[in-house]
Amino acid sequence: MMQHYPQSPTRDPLLKVEDLVVEYPVGGKTIHAVSGVSLEVARGETLGLVGESGCGKSTLGRAVLQLRRPVSGRVLFDGQDLTGMQGDSLRKMRQRVQLIFQDPIASLNPRRRIGDIIAEPLVIAGVKDPKKRQELVHEVLSAVGLDPSLVIGRLPHEFSGGQCQRICIARALVLNPEFIICDEPVSALDVSIRAQILNLLEDMKTRFGLTLLFIAHDLAVVKAVSDRVAVMYLGRLCEVGPSEQLFARPAHPYTALLIEAIPVPDPDVRPAESVAVGEPPSPMSPPSGCRFRTRCPRADQRCSDEVPELRAMAPDQFAACHHPLIPAA
Amino acid sequence: MTEPALLSVEDVSVDLPTPRGNLRAVDHVDLTIGAGRTLGIVGESGCGKTMLSRAILQLLPKKAKLSGRVRFDGQDLVGLNAERLRKLRGRSLAVVFQDPMTSLNPVLTIGTQLIETLQEHLELDGLAAKKRSVELLAAVGIPAPEQRLTQYPHQLSGGMRQRVAIAIALSCEPKLLIADEPTTALDVTIQAQILDLLAREQRRRHMAMIIITHDLGVVAGRTDEVAVMYAGRVVERAPTPALFKKMHMPYTQALLAAIPKIDAAPHTPLPAISGRPPDPTRPVQGCSFSPRCRYAGAQCYREKPLLTAAESSAHQYACFHPIQLAGGVIA
Repeated sequence: MMQHYPQSPTRDPLLKVEDLVVEYPVGGKTIHAVSGVSLEVARGETLGLVGESGCGKSTLGRAVLQLRRPVSGRVLFDGQDLTGMQGDSLRKMRQRVQLIFQDPIASLNPRRRIGDIIAEPLVIAGVKDPKKRQELVHEVLSAVGLDPSLVIGRLPHEFSGGQCQRICIARALVLNPEFIICDEPVSALDVSIRAQILNLLEDMKTRFGLTLLFIAHDLAVVKAVSDRVAVMYLGRLCEVGPSEQLFARPAHPYTALLIEAIPVPDPDVRPAESVAVGEPPSPMSPPSGCRFRTRCPRADQRCSDEVPELRAMAPDQFAACHHPLIPAA
Repeated sequence: MTEPALLSVEDVSVDLPTPRGNLRAVDHVDLTIGAGRTLGIVGESGCGKTMLSRAILQLLPKKAKLSGRVRFDGQDLVGLNAERLRKLRGRSLAVVFQDPMTSLNPVLTIGTQLIETLQEHLELDGLAAKKRSVELLAAVGIPAPEQRLTQYPHQLSGGMRQRVAIAIALSCEPKLLIADEPTTALDVTIQAQILDLLAREQRRRHMAMIIITHDLGVVAGRTDEVAVMYAGRVVERAPTPALFKKMHMPYTQALLAAIPKIDAAPHTPLPAISGRPPDPTRPVQGCSFSPRCRYAGAQCYREKPLLTAAESSAHQYACFHPIQLAGGVIA
C-alpha cells in the first residue's frame, strides 16, 4: 500500500510524513482514513492539502500532531520521529507545531476571556511571569489586527466569526511556533471576511517565518496561499506538485475533475455538464487498485488490479495514476 | 420583462424583535421573476437573503413582522389563510434548504416522505404515489430508487439526501422552486452534480427558480438574473451577463474581487473588503456599505441610495458613486 516517491521532492523538509496509515475502528469494521501517505513540507513552504469530505485530509493533519496515533508510518518533524514520542517530549514538540481549526467560535472556550485563552499556551509552556505573558498576548493580538485593550477582557461570543478566527490565529502564534496546520481555516467564513483571513495568514507566515500545512476543500483558496498542492482521495495521495503547474497541467484525472467542478464567477464560462460522476465510495471498503477508479473516465482492468505508485510526471510533480493526463516524465 | 411576473415581491420589509432591539432583516425589497426564469439572490451571512425567501414562502418566525406584498401566480400571499397557503406550498411553491439532514424527517423513510407529499397534494392512491416516487428518485439520479424508498435519511450521503429533498420539492411540478444555499453543505464535485440536476429539471419543467447563495460563482453560469443583497437591501440587480460585465455597485465589485481566483498566481494578495457588515439592530444612517466603501463621500453617510436604472431598466444599482467598467477597465 506504500506510496513511494521516486525522488525526494523537497530539499530541506521540516515535516516528513512517511507511509502514514491511520485507521478508525467502527463497530467491528475499520475506516481506512489514511492509507500509506508520504508527504514532505519544506521549511518556509506552504503545502496545500485538498480533497473532498472524508478523504482523510483532517485525519492526516491530526495524525501529524499525534492527536490521533497512526497505525504505522513515521512523522518526522525537524528530523525527530513524533510517532514514538510520549509525555513531556511530545508536549515540548507540540509547542513548535500549532493547529487552527475550521470553526473559530467552537474552538474558543465560551466561558473564558480572550486574554486568558491566548495566555493559556504560555502557561502550559511554563512562562511563569504574568507580566511577560501579558506582554506576549498584547504583541500577538496587535499582530493579527486586533486592539489588545479592547479585546482581552471580553468573551468569545462578543466577536464575529472572522474576529474569532483572528483570535485563534493569535493563540496559535503566541508560542512562536515554526509550523502551523490550518484545517479549513476559512471555510466557515463569508467571502469578504475570508479574504481578510487569508491575507492575514500570508502576512503572519512572512512575519513569523512559518511553515504551513493548509488543509481545505476549496481549490481556489488553496491555490491562493500554497507553494505546492497535494490532492488526496479516499485516504491516498493522488497527486502532488507546484501549485501553478498542478492547476495548469493536472496529471491525475481526479485533480482535473476537482478543478473543473469549481464554479467560476464568470457567466461566459459555461459550467461543464456533469463533470463528476457518482460519489466517493465508503472508506470502510475502498475499491481495490486505484481508489478513484469507480469514478474515473479512464479506468480499466489494470486500475482495479494494481495500486498505482506515485510517479514523476513533470519536474516536482508526482501522480499516482496508470493513465495520467500528461505523459510521465 | 414582457411576460407577466410569476412572483413579485413588492416593497417587502421584515422586522424581527430581539433583546437588543428591532432587527430589520429585509429592508424595502422589490423583486420579480417570470415563469421559467432563474433568479440568483447573492449575499453574505446576515444580508437578509434567507429571511427574504422565508417571507416569500410565508414561513417567517412567529414574532417577525412583514410589510409589503408578495404576489404569486395572481394572488397576494401576505395574509392568505393557513389552509390556502398549505395547499400552495409544496404544490406550486416548493423549497430546497441548505441542510438536507435537517429538512428531511429523520424518523420517516424516504418513501414515506415522498409518498406523503404526493398523496397530500395530488390525491394519488398509494400504489400510484409509490410508482411516481420511484420515477422521481430515478429522475434526480438516485441509483436503485426502489430500495431507497425503505431507507432513512441517515443511511444516505449528503449529496443523495439533497437529491431526495429535490425529488420531494419537484414531486408536484411546482411553478417556482426556491433553492436556499442548496449546495453549501456539499463537496465541490457533488455541488456541480446538484447544480446540473437543478438546471436540467428547471429547463425540462419550465419552472421558475430562485437560487439563494453566498457564492457568485454558483450564480454566474446558471441564472438569468442576479440580485445582490447587502444589509437587508437589494443593492444591485441585473441580467446575469450584464452584471458580470458591468457592475455598478462597489459592493458587488468588492465581493467579486475578494473571491480567490483559480487562475491567479499563488500568494497574490486578495483585495479584501475591510471591516464587516453592519449590526442589523443598529442601522447605518446612509448607505449601509458606506463604512466599508472606498468610494464613499459625504452624501453616502447621510442618505440611503435608492435603486436606480443604469443602461437599461433591467440593470439597477443603489449607489451615489457607481463604478463604470468601460472596456473591462475600472474607470
